[in-house]
Amino acid sequence: MRNENEQEKLTPEDFERVTIDAHHSERIEKPSLSFWQDAWLGLRKNKAAIVSMIILLVVIIMALIGPHLNGHAGDAQNLRHANLPPKIPGIEATGFFDGDGKLAGKTVNLYEMKKVDEYYWFGTDGLGRDLFTRLWEGTRVSLFIAFVAAAIDMVIGVAYGGISGYFGGRTDDIMQRVVEILIGIPTLIVVILMIMIMDPGITAIIVAITITGWIGMSRIVRAQTLKYKSQEFVLASRTLGAKDGKIITKHLLPNMLGIIIINTMFTIPNAIFFEAFLSFIGIGLQPPAASLGTLINDGYKVMENQPYVLLFPAIVISVLMIAFNLIGDGLRDALDPKMKD
Amino acid sequence: MVKYIGKRIVYMFITLFLIATASFFLMQTLPGSPIASYNKLNDTQKAIVEKKYGIDKPKPVQYAIYMKNLAKGDLGTSFVFKGKSVNDLLATRLKPSLILGAQAMVFGTIVGILLGMLAALKHNTFWDYGSTFFAILGISIPSFVFASLLQYWIASEWHLLPVGLWNDGWKSSVLPSLALAMGPLALSARFIRTEMIEVLNSDYIMLAKAKGANGFEIAFKHAFRNALIPLITVLGPLAAGLVTGSLVVEQIFAIPGIGEQFVSSIMTNDHATIMGTTLLFSAFLIAVIFIVDILYGVIDPRIRVSGGKG
Amino acid sequence: MTNILEVKDLELSFHTFAGEVKAIRGVNFDLQKGETLAIVGESGSGKSVTTKSIMRLLPESSAEYKNGEILFEGRDLTKISEKDMQKIRGKDISMIFQDPMTSLNPTMTIGRQIMEPILKHQKLNKSAARKKTIELLNLVGIPNAENRYKMYPHQFSGGQRQRIVIAIALACNPKVLIADEPTTALDVTIQAQILELMKDIQKKTDTSIIFITHDLGVVANVADRVAVMYGGRIVEIGTVDEIFYNPQHPYTWGLLSSMPSMDLEDQKLYAIPGTPPDLLNPPKGDAFALRSEYAMKIDMERQPPFFKVSDTHYAATWLLHSQAPQVEPPALIIERMKTFKGSRYYVEQTGGTV
Repeated sequence: MRNENEQEKLTPEDFERVTIDAHHSERIEKPSLSFWQDAWLGLRKNKAAIVSMIILLVVIIMALIGPHLNGHAGDAQNLRHANLPPKIPGIEATGFFDGDGKLAGKTVNLYEMKKVDEYYWFGTDGLGRDLFTRLWEGTRVSLFIAFVAAAIDMVIGVAYGGISGYFGGRTDDIMQRVVEILIGIPTLIVVILMIMIMDPGITAIIVAITITGWIGMSRIVRAQTLKYKSQEFVLASRTLGAKDGKIITKHLLPNMLGIIIINTMFTIPNAIFFEAFLSFIGIGLQPPAASLGTLINDGYKVMENQPYVLLFPAIVISVLMIAFNLIGDGLRDALDPKMKD
Repeated sequence: MVKYIGKRIVYMFITLFLIATASFFLMQTLPGSPIASYNKLNDTQKAIVEKKYGIDKPKPVQYAIYMKNLAKGDLGTSFVFKGKSVNDLLATRLKPSLILGAQAMVFGTIVGILLGMLAALKHNTFWDYGSTFFAILGISIPSFVFASLLQYWIASEWHLLPVGLWNDGWKSSVLPSLALAMGPLALSARFIRTEMIEVLNSDYIMLAKAKGANGFEIAFKHAFRNALIPLITVLGPLAAGLVTGSLVVEQIFAIPGIGEQFVSSIMTNDHATIMGTTLLFSAFLIAVIFIVDILYGVIDPRIRVSGGKG
Repeated sequence: MTNILEVKDLELSFHTFAGEVKAIRGVNFDLQKGETLAIVGESGSGKSVTTKSIMRLLPESSAEYKNGEILFEGRDLTKISEKDMQKIRGKDISMIFQDPMTSLNPTMTIGRQIMEPILKHQKLNKSAARKKTIELLNLVGIPNAENRYKMYPHQFSGGQRQRIVIAIALACNPKVLIADEPTTALDVTIQAQILELMKDIQKKTDTSIIFITHDLGVVANVADRVAVMYGGRIVEIGTVDEIFYNPQHPYTWGLLSSMPSMDLEDQKLYAIPGTPPDLLNPPKGDAFALRSEYAMKIDMERQPPFFKVSDTHYAATWLLHSQAPQVEPPALIIERMKTFKGSRYYVEQTGGTV
């Protein structure tokens, strides 16, 4: 039964038996990764998210140190220096940011006209305040509001959703009836009503944003809790005598961490938007306080003649929103197990 | 199904009742008097005015009267526009808001769907990255920033369209509609892209290919409908976004609509109008969410037959 | 016997982020009119990819035909245009997929789904196509076809849906029917019904079938010939009897040994040690050598060519080389070989080895 194929001659050594431990091919090739390492590996591949993180870092740093960079105080009014266009040393020679502005329909260098020697990088407003300093002060306030609001949303949402889902039964029933009513109320209405009855300010905005903001998070956390608590590994842990506290901290929270982070990443830009929105329609922060919303509102009023007043805060808020959304997208792709193969 | 709809309607009215109650008592705690614009009056005259608006009575009585009128569909009388009923006030302003909202919704979702389809069909190509980037911009840039920019460039600098107001026929509606449409456009583009990519990777698309269907048939006969149905679920958030946007966009373009009325009522402490507008917005958004839920059941055959929610 | 389909030296790769995955590394087989060829192998052996490459259903962005040809009625399917391919898909070659729960369009009535290829490939008007559709539904055993024609997939059970998928595949009387694990996702009782149905239909229509499975029990039931795939290559091909009772490749031995059997006393089930090869960096020699207790030095260095066992039976293992030492297959396999005339362990009624 040997074949009739033409067979080349091979050396007898070729046919020596070799013994292979087949089990070596079963060893796990990849090193085991922690949650954060895995997330980072996924995120690192997403160029848009990485660029966004760098930009976000720069904006945060500028929000912290920016107001101190050029020696002008944000609240220092100098009417002689009012309505100056941007002038940046070094770049002025190129024809951009050289202090030229429109006056009565003609383009003139307002710095020369008003005999101003100082540089206002992003120009000044109608009261002669330095817009560069005010921009970063405003960014700081907007970011502060957004981070605090997102953190409060997260804490309340996780606690409410977790308790409702974990304890179930009557507790869950009552808590969910409350949510069902609350979710029907449009966010916008609640935010505006809340802000109207409080003294305008940062606290009022944060309270207004968070008063219904946590509901989304609580629903997600409740659904996840329900999903995981009925799974075998939780049952196994319970059989071995684990207490509720241990099951929640060791088994449930680590599994939900990804989705909680993703959701928080999307509440931050939402909070930035609502702050700016409220300030823009005039019921948010009140002058002289600056936030991105009030700066855009100020800029909008003088858009016709001094467009630069609107331009810079508009750019910063757009960049911030884009960056947070892209990081959120990147994190979702990296952390969401549904997206993994 | 009938039981489900009934339950939902009951919830809708409970929610509206709560909003009405909450906003009524919140109004009472507001700083500033609703008749601030009458402050030149002496005490006797003030008393007459207060009597006329019924705000001389104790709070619970005022509440009872308000709720009774509300049940009849009467939203009360404006404090600022002397003697005018809130119903009339809002009725005159409904048309511009509805036109803008409808135009923005139709234009936004259609362009968004096309963009999302393009991105999914040309997945991982220039078209995909381009439209995804565009969608991110649309979601990220706040509507009032976009509206300001449109107004500055297209109206003020290039004089292509009116800067604002509602007196130039369809031309007046173009820029505000465009500003409002960015949200729905970006949201539906992103949504359709994700859904479409998932559908295109499904087994039944593979089977359609195995039947010999060409690219067009696969995209439109098989994938499109399956990707489109879930879009209905985001109509609720889309409508909420439109209402939010209308507050600022109508203000920026000085459109005499509900949103602009709402903001100016807040500024003038016109309690009755604020409450009326609040209830109108709430009723609209609650109704949209309700209709969406019902519609979803009607359109998706998987849910239609089994009756409940899938 | 005429060959309806010939696959020659087919090589195909996927381009992934991790690198080039050589999913098919030189596959040769042919399919004759009216026969059923089973392709068996474990997950990742390339059996599904091979059939999808015949249909050109792999994503064009990542899959690349590196070498070889697929000859269908003399035309090379790897070379013709997508438009010509669309005329072949569903008409001359059609396919049944693994999971009936997901392979029907949920928002289209089953009638329209069955009618689609009929309207597309045959010049029939709507009412004739409708009549044909109802005939097909009757053929695959869906009762009350006139009424159920307008229903949506979710209104059918898994077994019924697979019948509908089969009806779609048969709509244009294809010359080749590719069934990609058509019974894997079904209950055992339903599996038998579907297999019966397929055998029945083949008898009526004389269609050639390529049947992909990892279930050797199914193979014995339906196939005329069997190709065993491993690591992107066919390692052994022959008639059902040859593969089951005179296997030559150590991988085939392993596969057969791991099949539970009723008539053997020894109830301990055999498992092939190790895992399938990594096709990102395929092994240089015999891909199975790393998991084989019969591995030789040359297995590590050179890919074995096909050695002829009989006119219909070929195996790619160096063990068949004339210089190779004689090895003893596992006891279970020897038991099987004893019943096969022409194997070296064949036992005549009177006893004794040949």
